[in-house]
Amino acid sequence: MDTYLNKIYIIFDRELRGYFRTPLASIFLLVFLALSSGMTFFLGRFFERDQADLIAFFSWHPWLFLILMPAIGMRLWAEERRSGTIELLITLPVTNTQLVIGKFFASWIFTLIALVLSMPIWITVNYLGDPDNNVIVVSYFGSWLMAGAFLALTSCLSTLTKNQVIAFIISSISGFILIMAGFSLILSAVRSWAPIWITETIGSMSFLSHFSRIQMGVFDLNTLIFFVSMIILCLWINIQLVQIKKAD
Amino acid sequence: MSLKLIDAKNLKKSFGEFTAVDNIDLNVQRGEVVGFLGPNGAGKSTTMKMLTGFLEPDSGDILINNIDLKSEPLKAKEFIGYLPEGAPSYSDMEVSEFLSFIGKMRGINNNQLLNARLDEMANQINLKEVWNKPIETLSKGFKRRVGIAQALIHDPDILILDEPTDGLDPNQKHEMRNLIKTISSNKAIVISTHILEEVEAVCSRVIIIANGKLLANETPESLGNNLMQNNILSITTSSKINNATLKNIKSTLNYSNIKLEPLSKTSSKILINEKDKTIDLNKIVTQLKKHKITVTEAGFLKPNLDEIFRKITQDKKIID
Repeated sequence: MDTYLNKIYIIFDRELRGYFRTPLASIFLLVFLALSSGMTFFLGRFFERDQADLIAFFSWHPWLFLILMPAIGMRLWAEERRSGTIELLITLPVTNTQLVIGKFFASWIFTLIALVLSMPIWITVNYLGDPDNNVIVVSYFGSWLMAGAFLALTSCLSTLTKNQVIAFIISSISGFILIMAGFSLILSAVRSWAPIWITETIGSMSFLSHFSRIQMGVFDLNTLIFFVSMIILCLWINIQLVQIKKAD
Repeated sequence: MSLKLIDAKNLKKSFGEFTAVDNIDLNVQRGEVVGFLGPNGAGKSTTMKMLTGFLEPDSGDILINNIDLKSEPLKAKEFIGYLPEGAPSYSDMEVSEFLSFIGKMRGINNNQLLNARLDEMANQINLKEVWNKPIETLSKGFKRRVGIAQALIHDPDILILDEPTDGLDPNQKHEMRNLIKTISSNKAIVISTHILEEVEAVCSRVIIIANGKLLANETPESLGNNLMQNNILSITTSSKINNATLKNIKSTLNYSNIKLEPLSKTSSKILINEKDKTIDLNKIVTQLKKHKITVTEAGFLKPNLDEIFRKITQDKKIID
């Protein structure tokens, strides 16, 4: 077991360092911080709301992640396949499961770094007022969890192509569908012809409805199970796809 | 326990309708360097990918050091060092970083041991001058060397190298071949190539495949002897030979196939091609002397691997 985890760690370590080997990481972090605070202050009207909370900050995360998570995850497998290094990886004494988990966690921890760097806004709101910090902690955790689901989806889809740009596009589109699933517009369109359980299933698949509850500080087991099982499902499919697509 | 480090039986692999590898047996012992020869698309790379566990054969068994690759892939893979076609590597990593990543993945957990292996690679493969450079900035020759180094980092018993000298200049090729020769004594090595001189230079055994089928499996010398039974003697003479003289010589010597090629105004070349008879050079020289012709140069032409290769891969009836 020890060597099993150790191999995952070595993969993880290489992948995470990989983000910082190019200016990509710093650019990404800058873009994330600029966009998230820009949206908070301008689109979210942080000051006009005159509320000591971070709803204006977190409510934009699903939309931000829709673009940024595919940007982080697109290279995970597409690049291995394009450069042929997938052949090196697979012929090492390591399982596909270890490879997929190690790579996924590298991208997920990278996202955590981005979220941690956004924490000055948390400090600011505490300086300006008296927010419910429990809600903010839950929101941060929920945001990270949702990012994980986006990343797992991207990692899985990036196995399908050797082209990072295509991986980015199909991941963004799939993510968009998962966000939109909760919109009443979509749901009412479905409701008109589908049985109620289908409407409910579609609605419950929505990242947005799960995340909006988290933002209110409501973190129920359902939401945790939803995002975690979403991650596990995507990674499981990812493992199968690596096996199927490795030699294409 | 057998001595075979690689023992593959009845390997088959198809991609859709296309049969890439059709019933190939292969075994390699410690100390052997097996040259895997075949035209492009013959199934060389596919076979190597199966031996290293990258692809699963449709049928057939592979034993790596007596371990079944299918049922215990992780254990079996530990014995193998592999250079995939084109020597892929993580181009954004530095050489030392990349090699230590592969070393750790190969199970070298002890830092001291890892550093010792890295040092050895730097020296043995001559990587010192690029040690801390990103791989993407290296020349093709160095990239290939990095590929070899990652295959050797854990000092494997089995080395599988897919076109290790492809794209290298003649000096680099020479170096690579020397390296393979130096490390070959205690390993089982399989190299694929379509350069025939490489086979002659480093291999103790040749395996020729075409269209996924095994066509030959023997030493480079016996391959030549078995397939090119003709002895060809080439004689250069100091003076020009006219047709009458040739006729005369022909009748006394009793060789069926004598050809005359005028080289210049003052010299000629005689080619004697005999299938079963041995050619007696002394007799020929004496005969020529009688006609006042002196021999300036004489030698048997060695069967050329290129020709053998073409013959085998284009006309496999020779083997059947």
